[in-house]
Amino acid sequence: MATATEQQQGAGVHLLTGSEVMAHVCRLADVDVITAYPIRPYDTVMQYVSKFIAEGDFDADYIPAESEHGQFEIVKHASACGARVFTGSSGVGWLYAMEPLAVTAGLRLPMVALVGCRALDDPGAFGTEHNDAMLVRDLGWMINFPDTAQEVVELGLLSYRVAEDPRVYLPCAIAMDGAFLTHSQATVRLPGQEEVNAFLPPYDRGDLLLHPDNPITIAPQANEDWLMEVRRQSSEAAKNAYTVLKEAHADFSKTFGVDTDPFLDEYMTEDADVVLCGMGTLSLPVKVAIREMRKEGKKVGMVRLKWFRPFPTEELRASLSRFKAVGVIDRDYSFGSPYHGGIVFNEVKAAMYGADKVPHMKGFVCGLGGREVLLEDVKLMADKVISMGQNDTADNDVDWIGVRD
Amino acid sequence: MAETSEYNIGTQELPLMGKVNAIPEKAVEEYFTSGHRTCQGCESALIMRLMAKAAGPRSIILGSTGCMYVANTTYYSTPWVVPWMHTQLGSSGSAATGTAAALRALMRKGKMKEEPINVIAFCGDGGGIDMGVSSISAALMHAKYNLAIICYDNESYANTDIQISGASPWGANTTFTPPGKKFRIMHDCWKKNIAAMYAVGHTRCNYVATADASYPADLIDKVRKALAVKGPAFVHTLDPCPKGWDYDPFYSHKLGELAVETGLFPLWEMTDGALTYTGISARQVYGKRRRKPVREYLETQGRFHHFVEEDYEYFQSEVDKMWDDWMVPGVIPFKVNDPSKK
Repeated sequence: MATATEQQQGAGVHLLTGSEVMAHVCRLADVDVITAYPIRPYDTVMQYVSKFIAEGDFDADYIPAESEHGQFEIVKHASACGARVFTGSSGVGWLYAMEPLAVTAGLRLPMVALVGCRALDDPGAFGTEHNDAMLVRDLGWMINFPDTAQEVVELGLLSYRVAEDPRVYLPCAIAMDGAFLTHSQATVRLPGQEEVNAFLPPYDRGDLLLHPDNPITIAPQANEDWLMEVRRQSSEAAKNAYTVLKEAHADFSKTFGVDTDPFLDEYMTEDADVVLCGMGTLSLPVKVAIREMRKEGKKVGMVRLKWFRPFPTEELRASLSRFKAVGVIDRDYSFGSPYHGGIVFNEVKAAMYGADKVPHMKGFVCGLGGREVLLEDVKLMADKVISMGQNDTADNDVDWIGVRD
Repeated sequence: MAETSEYNIGTQELPLMGKVNAIPEKAVEEYFTSGHRTCQGCESALIMRLMAKAAGPRSIILGSTGCMYVANTTYYSTPWVVPWMHTQLGSSGSAATGTAAALRALMRKGKMKEEPINVIAFCGDGGGIDMGVSSISAALMHAKYNLAIICYDNESYANTDIQISGASPWGANTTFTPPGKKFRIMHDCWKKNIAAMYAVGHTRCNYVATADASYPADLIDKVRKALAVKGPAFVHTLDPCPKGWDYDPFYSHKLGELAVETGLFPLWEMTDGALTYTGISARQVYGKRRRKPVREYLETQGRFHHFVEEDYEYFQSEVDKMWDDWMVPGVIPFKVNDPSKK
């Protein structure tokens, strides 16, 4: 009799959570070393991974670590020895691993990690906020924000392909909204093993492999003599990530027969006057609200960022220049920042600076701590952006939506 | 394919030195050579050299932040002939585990040629006795990973300016515990009994030892046993440090001997749950050799120059307790109460 996991793992359509899809991506990618440490909500992925391994569905060294610090250090070192690795965390657990997170990027070691996005305690909160994942945005980590379980297949496989490309060799975080995506089931088409093998070559560390046949010294003390050159190389790698991702995405579309944009998910933008911009599972209430508003004759669309690093500056400038006004919804905060806006808002504004045609832009902070973003919240935000567009006046205030006064 | 839980890549056969006069035969085989910038008289650098010599060329060595990273491994002048990688201060256990796991997974899955490769992670007392305890403890639990953790203990954060660590001896003058007019003794904790702590707490760890570069053949053999045993192993070395202990570098070797001769740092090894005292410590425990007064050791070092008579007496009384009162002399501190005496 087939095991429960065998029944589920064939190519085809299945009812799966985001975490479960990520576990399938690990299986299909034939990951070698995996480390786990419990924290909600990312940890469900490890429950699926461990079950796959126990059932013999795939072969990896799976280590429940003693802390997130150990968890990320173990896979960092495994990656240096040529192993394909997977790990993950959430919220303050991700921060407990901040030291390995920084050095993994600094050492240009490919690593794919799931961030089950969660509010940073204290006070304790399990719900999603993007601040945990966003804390690595300046370090060389690539970060993507899937919005559906299906998109986890695309962004998961692309993460391995781009992270392990020798032109990049950088770690990649898959930032999945806690509960909304990690724990919610949806129908997902899983690819077959042969397609995945055709898309994803084996990880080859080349002449950077730590092995007695290649006795190199990795990460000696460099100081001011060399560190700036090392940083410059990381910057080049992060630039390369953009090109490599575009290339890999084209290959992904061809191999798996899908038609998506590498960086932006545009929804009803062809004739839109204004758009809302955001990341992750926000797209679900936003898209539903847009459909309802369209019935009222309001020309609203959505531009969703799939990747925050590499940041698709040119694509975003070209896209947002088409609209009269843009509302940027942050599921994060950046206290004391320009106009007290969220991280995405300030980043989008920076990207738009100097564009031929700059739309009016307004920031919103919404859905913190896992608070549901309601249709009426989306409509309220859209109306504010619409009136900004109609009046052709800037509104620099950043509004908190769905919050008690 | 072997069962995941049973597969073990095996260990190398490493012949034991036995006597110190066997070392010159191996003199040309150096895997830690010139290029390091450690202080004159640095016993930790000597530990590195002997450790690498004991391990040989088919080894991967991971080095935790500390003197043996910062002063020892500089870009463009690495002393390491074997593959070497830096790891974070608190992650020697994780580094060894990750390296061993990668080798095991890749060899089992046919992605790397099968062969036993030594995996050594070293750490100083900051990395092995303070910050890294959690990761080392986890590493010592996995019987399927062949790895050795070597803690080179120079009894302070010597690289950063001689600050107190969990391995600093009671009363020591460090830059974080300077003696003053109001408090002569700023460091009022006793040194952690780390090797025994790891040995007692990790029953799947089949080899734990203490060693000292003043007894190089003993040290090399202990490193080799740690590498030859299946599963994880831990070796704790005590390394006199001229800068941190404040003495003339000429006396490093002598101080290493005195630490053992006074009974302060007993030499022993635990193999498969059986304890053996080695060298002078074996003769001391069986009463064939008297322990020297600990004052001889303390008075040689500037870090104890503020001691007054009662400090020497207290220190000696604590060392005496290790040998006279402990259940296993110099190793296991607790006693078993007699159940008939309530």
